[in-house]
Order: sequence, then C-alpha cells, then structure tokens
Amino acid sequence: MLDSAIFYFFAGIAVISAVLMVTRRNAIHSAVFLITTLLATAGIFLQLRAEFLFIAQIFLYVGGIMVLFIFVIMLVRLDVPLPQIRSGLQKWIALFVALAVGVEAGVVLWQARKVPGQGLLIPNPAPAGKLPPNTEELARGLFGSYLLPFEIASVLLLVAMVGAVVMAKKRTDAP
Amino acid sequence: MQTWWVELLCALLIVLVVPLIAGYIVLVERKVMADMQARLGPMRVGPHGLLQPVADALKLLIKEDLIPNNADQFIFWFAPVLSVTAALTSMGAVAFGPWFQVARDINIGLLFVVGVSALGPFGIVLGGWASNNHYSIIGALRSTAQLISYETTAGFALVSGFLLAGTLNVRAIVEHQRTENAWYVFLAPIGFFTYLIASIAETNRAPFDLPEAESELVAGYMTEYSGFRWSLYVLAEYANMIVVASVGTTLFLGGWLRPFPNVHWLGWLDAVPTLLLAAVGAYCVFRAGKQPARVQSLFMSAVALACFVVAAIFGLSAPFGHLPLQFMHDGLYGAFWFLLKVSVYIYLFMWLRFTLPRFRFDQLMRLGWHILIPLAFINVVDVAVALALSSEFGLNRWLAMAVTTAATLGAAMLLLRWNDKYSAAASAALLADSSIVEDSHAG
Amino acid sequence: MKILADTVHENAPQKTDTLFGSDELVINMGPQHPATHGVLRVKLKLDGERVVGSECVIGYLHRGVEKIAENRTYQQFAPYVDRMDYVSAVSNGLGYCEAVEKLLVVEAPPRARVIRTVLTELQRIASHLLWLGTHALDIGALTPLFYCMREREEVLKIFEKYCGARLTTHAFRIGGLQYEAYDTLEKDVERFCKNFEGRIQEYSDLLTGNSIWIGRTRNVGLLNSADCIALGVSGPVLRASGVKWDLRKAMPYAAYDQYKFEIPVGTRGDTYDRYMVRLEEMRQSRLICLQAIENIPAGPIMARVGKVLKPPVGEVYHAIEAPKGILGYYIVSDGSIQPYRVRIRPPSFINLQALDKMIRGHLVTDVVAIIGTLDIVLGEVDR
Repeated sequence: MLDSAIFYFFAGIAVISAVLMVTRRNAIHSAVFLITTLLATAGIFLQLRAEFLFIAQIFLYVGGIMVLFIFVIMLVRLDVPLPQIRSGLQKWIALFVALAVGVEAGVVLWQARKVPGQGLLIPNPAPAGKLPPNTEELARGLFGSYLLPFEIASVLLLVAMVGAVVMAKKRTDAP
Repeated sequence: MQTWWVELLCALLIVLVVPLIAGYIVLVERKVMADMQARLGPMRVGPHGLLQPVADALKLLIKEDLIPNNADQFIFWFAPVLSVTAALTSMGAVAFGPWFQVARDINIGLLFVVGVSALGPFGIVLGGWASNNHYSIIGALRSTAQLISYETTAGFALVSGFLLAGTLNVRAIVEHQRTENAWYVFLAPIGFFTYLIASIAETNRAPFDLPEAESELVAGYMTEYSGFRWSLYVLAEYANMIVVASVGTTLFLGGWLRPFPNVHWLGWLDAVPTLLLAAVGAYCVFRAGKQPARVQSLFMSAVALACFVVAAIFGLSAPFGHLPLQFMHDGLYGAFWFLLKVSVYIYLFMWLRFTLPRFRFDQLMRLGWHILIPLAFINVVDVAVALALSSEFGLNRWLAMAVTTAATLGAAMLLLRWNDKYSAAASAALLADSSIVEDSHAG
Repeated sequence: MKILADTVHENAPQKTDTLFGSDELVINMGPQHPATHGVLRVKLKLDGERVVGSECVIGYLHRGVEKIAENRTYQQFAPYVDRMDYVSAVSNGLGYCEAVEKLLVVEAPPRARVIRTVLTELQRIASHLLWLGTHALDIGALTPLFYCMREREEVLKIFEKYCGARLTTHAFRIGGLQYEAYDTLEKDVERFCKNFEGRIQEYSDLLTGNSIWIGRTRNVGLLNSADCIALGVSGPVLRASGVKWDLRKAMPYAAYDQYKFEIPVGTRGDTYDRYMVRLEEMRQSRLICLQAIENIPAGPIMARVGKVLKPPVGEVYHAIEAPKGILGYYIVSDGSIQPYRVRIRPPSFINLQALDKMIRGHLVTDVVAIIGTLDIVLGEVDR
C-alpha cells in the first residue's frame, strides 16, 4: 500500500514535470522541469531498490548533464531563432511518428495485461528484497563480464572530451 | 520496520534543528574571527552575543522581500529552495553517531551524500541567472565552474577512502575503522588532505571564495537576494559545510569512534564528554553572576542548567558499572565524538578563512585541474596498488600504505615543481607581453 | 585617451553579441566601490577577462583647496592641508610649514625639527599600516587589517596626546611647533617602537611567504623604472621599480640628515615588491624614531616669526617625502598676508597616471590589487 503510494507520488511528479517541460516557452523553465522529472525517475529507481542507479542518475544525469544543459542555455542567446528549414510536411511526419509510438506502447500494455499479477512481460522476476546489493552486482558486471565494452566506452568518452577541448581552444586562439 | 518512527524523528530533527545550528555556527564563526583579529565580536545581544543568531533570523524574516524588476519570478523563488533542499537532503544519509541516521543501512551511504549535494550548484547558477543582473550571472557561473571542478577531486579522494573501507555503507566504514584500530587518515593521509582542500572549494569558503567576495567587481550570485531568501542561501552554505565535514569525519577521522577505540587503558577517555559538559556548565554558572542585566544572567543560568542536565545524562550512561542509562551509551557518546570531530573540521575551515588571502579565479582553476586532480588520481592508483600488494602478496597493510604514500608525495612534489615552472613561464610570457602592450599615450 | 572615446557609456556594460564573446566590453568601477579607496571611478575596457584599456575619472572629492588658499592667510591655510591626504595629515603639515618657512627664510629651531621628524615618521608608519591593512583586505586576507589598526591606534593615541587630534592633526606651525612635547612623549614612542618590531614580524609571517599572496602579487602591476621616471611616479612605487630616490636622503629636510637609515629598493616593480618596500620602510621609520628620541635637543620650539606673516614677494617650491610619494608645495607670494597661489604636487594624483600602464593585460580581479598597491588617497588626488 505504501509502496503504491510512493510510486504514484514519484510517477505523478515525473509525468507532470515532463508535460510542463514540453510546454514551457522559457528554456530555463524547461530545464528545471527536466531536472524534476529526472529526480522523480531517480526516486522510482530507489523504490525498486536499485540504489546505485538512483545515485548514478542524480550524479550524472542531473548533476552533470543538466548542469551542462543549463550552462549552454545561459551562454547561448535563444531569442535569436536559428535559420531552419521549414517544411509543411513536418506536422504530418510528427503525427505519424507519434501514432506509431503510441500504437507500440499500447500493444505492450495490452500484452502485459495477460501476465497474471505482475504486469510485466518477463515472467518470474526476482522480488526486490532478495537481490544482492545493487552496487556489488553492477560492479561485478562492469568489471567482470562486460569489462571490454566498459573500457571502450570510457576511452570513447575521453576522446570526446579531449576533442571538445581541442576544438574549443582552437576557436578562441584564432584571432 | 518498527523503527521507522526513529528515522522520521531524525529527519524532522534535521529539518528543524539544522537551521538553528547553522545560525549558531555563524555566531561561532564571528566570535572565532573576532578572536583571531584581536577583538570581541558580537557582544550585545544576549550574554557574549549568544542570542545574536535569533536576532539576525528575526530581522531577516521581517525584511522586505525585494524581487528585481525583470527577474524570472519562478526561478528566483526556486533557486534558494533547491539549494537548501539539496543540502538538507544530503544530510539524510549522514550518520551523526551510531543511532542518528535517516536513511539507515542504505547501501550507497556516502555516495548518496556526495551525489545529492551535487545538486547544490544548480541553486547557485539558477539564482544568478534569475537575478537578471550581468554581474550575478558571471559570479554564478564562476562559482558553479569552481564547484564542479573540485567535485572530481573530492570524489577521487573519497574513492581512496572507499578502497580502504571496501564499502560505501556508512556504518560499515566506521566499523572497519574500529576493527582496523586506526582512523583512515593515518592510512591514507593524502586522501584526507586532498579531500580537505576540495571540501573547502566545494563550500565556497576562503581561500576559494572569489565568487562571493565583497571587494570584487561583482558581488556574486547572492547580490539580488535579500532577507529570507538570502538566509536560505546562507543556510545552504553552512549546511553544506556540516555535510562535507561529516563525510570527511566518517571516512577519514573514524566517525563516531572515540580516539583509540580498542585500547582499554585509554578507557578513561570515555569520561571526557561528561567532564567537558560539566566544565562548560560550571563556567556558565560562574559567568551568570557577572552579567550586567538580569535577563542575561537568567539566560546564562538556563544555559548552565542545560549543560548540567546533558552532562548528567552522559554521566548516567557511562560504560562504568551498572548505570541506569547505559543503553543510551552508544548513541550519545558516539554522537558526542562525531560532533566534536565535525566541529574541529569546521574550525579548521574558519581558521583558514581568516588566515589566507583568496585565490584569483584562474589560479583556483589551475590548482584544481593541474595539481589536485592529478594528485588525487595518483593517490587512488597508489592506494589500490597498496591494497593489491597487501591482499595478494600478504604485505602488511600499513607498510604497503606507507610505501605508496611516499610515492604519492614524490609525485606531488613533481607536480608542484612542474606547475611552478609552468607558471614561471606564463608570467615570463606576461612580462614579455606587457612590454608589447605598451601603448602610446597620445591623447 | 582615445581608446574609449566612442564606446564610453555611463553605467551599463556594453556588449555586442554573446555574454562571453571576445568582443570588447566597457565596465565601470566606482565611484562607490569598496575597493577603490575613496570616490574613484575607473572605466575598464575588457576583452573577455583581460583589461585592454582604462580611464580614470576623478574629481568626486574636489574641494577647491588650492583656490581656498588664495583667500586665507598662511596660518589659516595650514589646517586645510591636513584634509588632502587625510590618512597622513602630519606629513602634509610638515611640507606646507617648511615651504612657508623657506619663503620667509626662517628655520625652525633644532628641537622643533627633531620633534617634527619623530611625528612625521610615526605618521609614515601609520599611513603604511592603513595601506597594508586595506590592501590585504582587498586581496582577501581578512586578518592583517585588524592587526594594523591595532598598531595604528597606538600612533593615533600619541598624536592625540600631543596635539589633541587623531586624524587631521594640524600638528605643526609655521616656524616651529605650538605645543611642547608632552612629558611622556619619548617613553610612549619608545614603547611603541619596541613593540613594533614584533608586530611587523606578525604581518610578515602572515603574508610575505604565503604562496597565495605571492601568487596574487608577483608580476602583477609591473612598472619598470623608465616608465616610472617618465610618468613622474614617486615614493614606494618608484623605489620598488629599482630607482633609489628618496628625498629624505637626496634633499634632506627637517632633521633627516642626522639619522642613519636605509632606503629599501625593489627589483621588479610588481605589487609584491611594493609590499616589501613599504614593509621595510616601516622598519626604517621605526629606527629613525628610536634614534631621534634618544637625543631631542633642548631649546625653543618656535622660531621668531611675527603674528602676521607677510612673506617677501617671490616663489618657492619645497618637496618632502610623504608616505605616498613626493609631496610638493609651490607657493607664490605677492607680499600680502595671503598667498597669491598655492600649487600642491600631490603624489597620489601623479602616481594614479601609472594605473593605465599597470593594469593592461591583467585580469579584472587584479585591478583591485593594483589600485590598492598604488596607495592613493582621493583627498589628495582631487584636492
């Protein structure tokens, strides 16, 4: 009972913030509502006993990526509209894609109703309390079976960072 | 599940009591500052200025709430709220003693604290932006850049402690320090030292307080905030100080352990809390008679009474013999030692603030990126090597740590020497430049 | 200065495109600013964070002192002089009294000269203490200010005992002194000087070897000796650039030729050197005081000048080494009881000209440190 209440609380915040984020005119307001959406999602992670994911979401997504978003929004003046290719076809493409995604989601939900008592397509998930601690599991996975992809991803991130710094520096050095 | 009310009580205490404590830390800072500057500090409001925070809080609450003309109302309101929320929420996983912790037994313990306090910079940058003041934005962006730069260093320094402890869980960390018979500051001194410096930068304290300095061109992100909103920012800053001090204490200074917890002949140290509080109470009684006004001496007597009551509670829960309140021993004494260590840490912050001049922004960033991050990184590698040596090859842990600490120190010397050469080259370039920048003074 | 001619606006920053673009920005510092030490307005032209040009706007404290001088008698004008460099009033008085004495061709008696030297050197210490405290405060060190104020308080107590005033002392009279040295003057000065050595060591311990202080002041605000001489800069700023020129040695006045003291000289002409030079000057002033009080000659304190001063027609220029630099008085007399013209050469005004040269290429944060290191007093700049 408490579990559902907490879930609906976080989920409600997430949905309302997402809607607000999409409908705000002011970019900073949108960013702030994106932050609240992400925090609410993190709350859901915490409720599912995935503590490391919760803190990783906050640390990386909110504390890192959203700070970047906000810096960029502040440093770039957004009231000057970018020259865009405007086409009348845009509306119809958007409608089609939205319908496709909606149909997909509907199909998934319809299938889920068929699995009794759990609402998931995966049969017999482990109850949350019985799982080994999230951090250790993640560490075992990352540094055990998935070590190579992990290292490749980190090298990729490093390359991206160095590249960004080099490109930015070149631009300010040029007189 | 039966103890959820304890956690709720702890949470309520944090929300209600921490603002009061932060106010009193401000008073302590003013008194310590005055003492170091050969003066007295607040003396008027209450005996020795003890009621100054109350007066300040009242004044701030009744001040006119000014919002700049074209400021973004929602964000202007939201930013200090976000700062305070981040600071107070991160206290949720801090264990102020073995009993007092809101998020009990959370697996990720200290990582929760560090992660949630990473939401702090948002309050700053949004506040600066919402003020609609060119200088506020500059100050806010500088402050945020400083904070996120030093978060990396703090993280690495903490990682070296986590490697030693083998866990992120707060209680387990302190337990391991107890079984290891040593605070981790002795095993990983460089980690502690780096964390200390990073935590000063994280809380925007001097010498890293350029973004909020008064004599700078900009007065920082707090310029347009007055009254209660400003006090929220200050509360967030001091709560952050308490949080970083608590994290440092838990991981490096043994948390709530008494000094030398396993040494039995030092058991008389358990009498220290009682005696200390009784001494403070006696001093208050002594001073109560000397107060000029009756209400002040009444206040002082009340403080003395409170000290004696708490000293009595401590005394009655001492581990000697069969005293009635002994079941409270762990919680109370643990909390006492923890708060004592946190106070020492915060006193160190204050001491540094009043002694050192402040860094210029580029020097601050250079210190963070060129010196501290490499040093913290090398420290992590060295600690890991030491642990590998001790677990794989059976080397004594202390010996391994000593060897690698020496290696890290050597690396630190090299880093500093390289940095000196670099900045000497930079200033030589500046010298050369300045003769080129010579303009003619025609007109 | 042509540079800012087109883009100067009153208060709002001028920006073109993005917030941190590399386009130039003109910002305004002052006249109300905690760090410009008075009502000084500095317009800074910035390229990003670096200063590429500046312009000082002064005159906010102009009181027409030189014009007032034309309508006061010589003795009546003496108190006005204190209000120029209000931080070191005694030196101003010394320069003026000696200038008028030169015009009258009288000399103050030896006892008066020695007591004048003692008080002037104490004033130099007090002025440098105030400078040190505020300069350190600008750079972020909160504590030296209070220590310096503690010592300055002792000096001001001595002044108060001597002539009744702490700040605008009017300590000297034309022809000598009005007040005899009070009974315990020598003892007070001796006690102050004995304590002072330890105190200077305290300030030095806090700042001299501090790597943050060195980082903020080394190579900041460079001014080489050629520029100093070209701009007419004088005082500790000149000496820190390597030029050993001090009027107390070069053209001795009062009783300075009787005492042994050193002139500290710097090498690079940066803020750190100016700090070291002033610190050392405080030590040397202390030595002068100690030597002077050992042997204050007995005798009259006032020369024979009449009650009504009517100097012969003529002009005189007399300069002294004030704490801020060379303070000069050019007095033209037309034979009446009021001077025809009193022109004051204020050291701060002339030193301020060097500001533009010193801050180019530095960051905005350094501007505060550089204004502080010039040790200007707006009362003197504007008169």
